[in-house]
Order: sequence, then C-alpha cells, then structure tokens
Amino acid sequence: MAKISFDWDSKSIEREESGFEHAVEQKKRKISYAAALYETFDELLRLDERIFIMGQGADDPFGMFGATLNLHKKHGAKRVFDTPLSEEGLTGIAIGAALAGRRPIYMHNRPDFLLCAMNQLVNHASKWSYMFGGKTNVPLVIWAAIGRGWGSGAQHSQSLQGLFMHIPGLKLVMPSTPYDAKGLLVSSVLDENPVIILEHRWLLKHTGYAPDNLYSIPFGKGVIRKSGRDLTIVGASYMIIEAQRAAEELEKKGVSVEVIDLRSLKPLDEELILSSVKKTGRLLIVDTGWKTGGVSAEIAAVVAEKGLNYLKEPIKRLSSPDVPTPAGYVLEKKFYPEANEIIKAATELAGEKS
Amino acid sequence: MEKYNSIQFESNPRDITSHVLIDLYKTMLRIRRVQLKIEAEYPKDEMKTPVHLCLGQEAIPAGVCAHLEKEDYVFSNYRGHGHYLAKGGNLKALIAELYGRTTGCSGSRGGSMHIIDTSAGFLGTSSIVAGSIPIATGAALGFLLEGRANVSCVFFGDGAVDEGVLYESINFAMLKKLPVIYICENNFYAVCSAQKNRQALDNIHQRFAGCGIPGYRADGNNVVEVWRTAKEAIENARNGGGPSLIEFRTYRWRGHSGGDNDVSLGYRTQEELDEWMNKCPLKNFEQFLRAENLITEEEIRDMEIAIDREIEEAFTFAQASPLPDEKDLLKHLYKDGK
Ligand SMILES: Cc1ncc(C[n+]2csc(CCOP(=O)(O)OP(=O)(O)O)c2C)c(N)n1
Ligand SMILES: [Mg+2]
Repeated sequence: MAKISFDWDSKSIEREESGFEHAVEQKKRKISYAAALYETFDELLRLDERIFIMGQGADDPFGMFGATLNLHKKHGAKRVFDTPLSEEGLTGIAIGAALAGRRPIYMHNRPDFLLCAMNQLVNHASKWSYMFGGKTNVPLVIWAAIGRGWGSGAQHSQSLQGLFMHIPGLKLVMPSTPYDAKGLLVSSVLDENPVIILEHRWLLKHTGYAPDNLYSIPFGKGVIRKSGRDLTIVGASYMIIEAQRAAEELEKKGVSVEVIDLRSLKPLDEELILSSVKKTGRLLIVDTGWKTGGVSAEIAAVVAEKGLNYLKEPIKRLSSPDVPTPAGYVLEKKFYPEANEIIKAATELAGEKS
Repeated sequence: MEKYNSIQFESNPRDITSHVLIDLYKTMLRIRRVQLKIEAEYPKDEMKTPVHLCLGQEAIPAGVCAHLEKEDYVFSNYRGHGHYLAKGGNLKALIAELYGRTTGCSGSRGGSMHIIDTSAGFLGTSSIVAGSIPIATGAALGFLLEGRANVSCVFFGDGAVDEGVLYESINFAMLKKLPVIYICENNFYAVCSAQKNRQALDNIHQRFAGCGIPGYRADGNNVVEVWRTAKEAIENARNGGGPSLIEFRTYRWRGHSGGDNDVSLGYRTQEELDEWMNKCPLKNFEQFLRAENLITEEEIRDMEIAIDREIEEAFTFAQASPLPDEKDLLKHLYKDGK
C-alpha cells in the first residue's frame, strides 16, 4: 500500500454553510448521517494507511449502524477488524498503536461500555502527553453512539459526555448533522490527541446535506442554527433537533429563539454562547446527560462567571433527571426532555414575550 | 573478596561472549550505583517525588534490554529507573526529572514514576498497576500493521498479574500474534501484601497457558539466565512467532517506596531479606567473572569510577538546571496538530 501524504491543510477549513434544512432546499446532496460517516471512513482509510478501525462488530453484518459496513472487505481485515470484548485492554492497545505511529479509531455501539475503559482513557490516554512533558502524544479516536429508547434501559442509553468533558487531555465532539458528523470525524482523525466522538443513535438515520469531498470542521466552534432575539438555546447532538422543533413553535407564539449547536463540548465555544446571551439576555441549556455536575452545569457556570450581567432572567436547564434511564416506555418517555418541555421552559423564560 | 556463591553460573558458556557478559555486568552496576546515589541523596528532600528503587532487581532490565534495538519499545511502571537506563534512557534527564527541572525527561511533569526517552525507544511508564501492559501490546500491533520487525516489551510486578487487563492483553496478543514480551518481575510483594495472600497458586508463568502463550520462569537474579530466556522470547517475537510471558523471580531490597530497610513494618523478615541479599545479582556475577578471569579487580574499579563520575555529572547537571516557569503550567496538555 502506498503511503499517501494527504494535504490536510487545504481541507482544514469550513467553507460551506453548515445550515440544516435551508442548505438542503438548494438541491444540494442529501445523505444519511450513517452514510456520511461511512463515506468519511472509507475515504480516510484510502488516503492514509496509518488509519485503522476496530470495534466490537466493526466488520459484522450491522457494520456499526452502517458506518463501517463491509469496509473490511474493501480495505482489508488488517485495517478494519472486530475486537474481543475487552474494552479496557483494547483502549490501551489503541493508545499503544497510536504511540507507534498508527491512527486508531476504536468504535463502540454504546458509550456505556466505555466505562470499562475509563482507566485507559482517563489515567493513560489523556495523560500521556502532559505527564511526559509533551515528549509524545496519543492520536486516538474513540467513537460511541448513545442508545436512546425502546427500553434500552439503565446500562444501554447513558449520555456520559459530562464525565468526559471533565477530563483535561481529552477532546469531546457531539455532532448533530451529517455535515458536521463528516467534518468533525475528519478533524478527530487529524487531531494529534485523544478525541471522543459521542454520536446519538437517533441521528444516524437523519438525512441532511454533506459535500462528497473531505473537509474538516475546527473544534471549539459552534454554529448558530437559527438566529433569534429573545432567548438562546444551547446544546449539542440530538438536543439540537428538539431545540429546532421547539424554536419553530416558539416563533409562532412570537418568541424569537436563537439555537446554538456547540458541535464540540471540549473545547467549548464560550465566545459564541456569551455573544448570543449578550444579545438575548436569556439562556436555556439543553442536554441529554444528567443535570448534576454535567455539561449543562458547566455551561451555566461559564455564563455565570463571564456573562452574568447579560442575563435578564436566571439560567434554565433541561437535562435528564438524576436517575438511571428507566426501561418501561411510560417512564422512559418522561425521562427524556423533548421539544414540549423546551417550549414550556422557553416560554417561562421569555416571560411577557409569550 | 566476599563470598557470594548462591547463584551458580556455568563456566565458559558457549552461547554468550565475554564481551556481552562484561556489558551485562556494567549495565547492572550502573543501575545499582544510580539507585544507591538516589537513595543517599533522597533524605535531603530535594527530590520531591516518590521513588521506587529497583535495588536487588538489576539483572532483569540488563538481561532483557541487551537484546533490544533502539527502535524496539519498552514500557514500564513506577519502578522503572532500571528499565529506562538499560534501554538507553538519558541519565541526566532522569535525574533532572527527579529534581523537578525543565531538563527532566518529562519536563518536570512526570517525576520518578513517569519517565520517558522516546529517542531510546523507552515510551513511558504508568503508576497505575498494569496500566502500561495493554499499551505495550498496542505498540506491538502498530509494528505489525506497519510491517516493522520490532518488538515491544513491558515490565510489571507480581501485583499487576492480579489485574484483569493482563488477561485481556495476552488474549489479544495471541489472537494477532503480536511481537510483545510480557515480563513479570515477581518480587513476591505488592507493597506489603505477599503474593501468597493474593494468588491461590504460585504459577504466574503458567497462568495464561490457556490462551496459548509460551510461559517461562527463570531466576531473575541470574543475569545469564535472564539474558537467555529473554533472547529466546525476543527472537521468537521478532521472527513472527508472537508473544511470550516471562516470570522472573527476584526480590526488592528496600521498602516499596523510598530507601531504607523496611522489615520493621513486619510484613517480611530480616532472614528472608538476608537470604535474597546473599543472592545479589551483581556480587554473585562479579565473583563468577573474576573466577573466570573475564575481568580484573582493577577493571571493576575503573568501571565504578567512570560510572560514579557520570552519576556525579548527572546530579550536578540536574541541580544546576532551571526550575520550570509557573506560566508553563498548562503547556503540553495537548499536542498542537493540524
Ligand atoms: C490500579 C492500582 N491499584 C493500586 C495501586 C497502588 N499500588 C502502587 S504499587 C502497588 C504494588 C504493586 O506491586 P507489584 O505489581 O508486585 O510491583 P512492585 O512494586 O513489587 O514492583 C500498589 C498496590 C496502583 N498504583 N494502581
Ligand atoms: Mg511485586
């Protein structure tokens, strides 16, 4: 296999509008989120021989929701392979391969299993650069899809971004569109450090615009999905879908909502959040994770610390209640915050506007 | 000369040249004297870092690393000075790291437990027991994927055998036939906890036979035996034969951490310590070299002088090196990349 030196620099910009529906209107190419991941993996494997993909079921008939389906046939079983059910061991193995100059991508169909690998992720991957004074580094991508719904229950549906966001040395990405899934995957593989990509299973079948070429989206840069004047809703990943639904309804009620999609949580686009709050004076944070000590708490703290004077009302947060996910559908439905709750919270927040 | 004959060395071994024998001695002597110097300076509290000395265990790094190329990788744990030095790690940078200086091998961020010298193929140490075992395994996967004929070695203690990740690593290494050598330095204790209180059977070398990995047990205080055992395992890995597990039986002379005799703690006896100190990897070997006329007392003396001078220089270098600037606290968390 020839070693291809890929000119990443020329690709490392975000040239195109990453808007949601309106881009699609302009008869641009529309593909599913899973297909966007698939073609990105395919192209990355073709371009850079250092890259390899491993994971439980990476080469099975499900192919990670289609994202890796049959890539082993195309790129060889050495570069796309199944793993033993040894999450800690294989995470360390991915770290070691990265230290030896490879670019591993280790995929899991649920983030819950990453908890078995916390020792390698937190004690090792995140430390290997700093602890050795920058003498080496770990270019590693960990990918996992949050599995909401259908009774997935307490151990197969967790949104663990709060845990990972806490750890210096890791980067954390949570895309919401096929466009971002593709561009952020490229950035993650390019990055010289450990990056965790948390996908949301409900997004994998969503369709949207994505160019067919490779491009990368910088970390720490959120986007305004919808601009508005009265209220800012901040979130990432699947919550952006709910927030946009809510924003449409709110608009009809006369509440002008700005929706900010953070895209990466670590680094966090504080500037975008603060500038939006400065404009609207009201902040609603939405997150699929738990409320206590998590992502929404962190964002609230940032705004309280750096933008308290912008706020006309106290910050509101919508997140999962502090209990494990129930499996039964009545409780499960109640567990997840959705557009209706966002509308309710936003209406309360916007006060006299409604 | 004192009488040390508790380790038997075969006269005129055919498979090992006198040159190699002398080198092994020198490597052990250097590790020994570096450790003794650290121990001597430690009470001054200028090295503000927990040190885990490998006094009494010098034969293992010496005998194993003698077979390694610069491009081969070694990973280790918090008791890693010997492995670092035997693999060719820079002595000045090691001592400077203990003194928390910018010239330290880890830029004052690692301390004694986290040392590295990438230019020597020493890729780091973990102070999480068993933590570097899967990482070394992954480096071997990297070699295999790249088609490099290198091997990856990882040193760990008997305590690390209690951790499940060793099993996970060996299973995967066997599955992919990875060029990785698992080297257990069984010194019979994990801090104050005896192996027999943690493991039902004293059979580390056989434990993973069910995974199919070749398992060796050898006297970790006999540097020739260490050298031979490592040679077989490393050559096999280099030739595509896959991983091996080696249990070297040895003994730690000092407390788990820091210098000094710790028998007053009561978890082990002075008799046991004496017995093992009598099995000193250096003195026994030195007596053999002398008996075989491979080295003279004068040559040993010269070696000691040269090593001590190098050590003295390293300590002077370390103490004279700058301390880090507080403004650099956040540096090195991430590597800037494209
Ligand atoms: C995962 C983990 N558990 C516990 C400890 C605390 N600890 C540090 S060293 C050590 C003993 C390890 O003994 P062994 O593996 O035999 O190595 P030795 O110190 O004897 O060389 C323990 C329990 C740790 N560092 N990491
Ligand atoms: Mg031990």
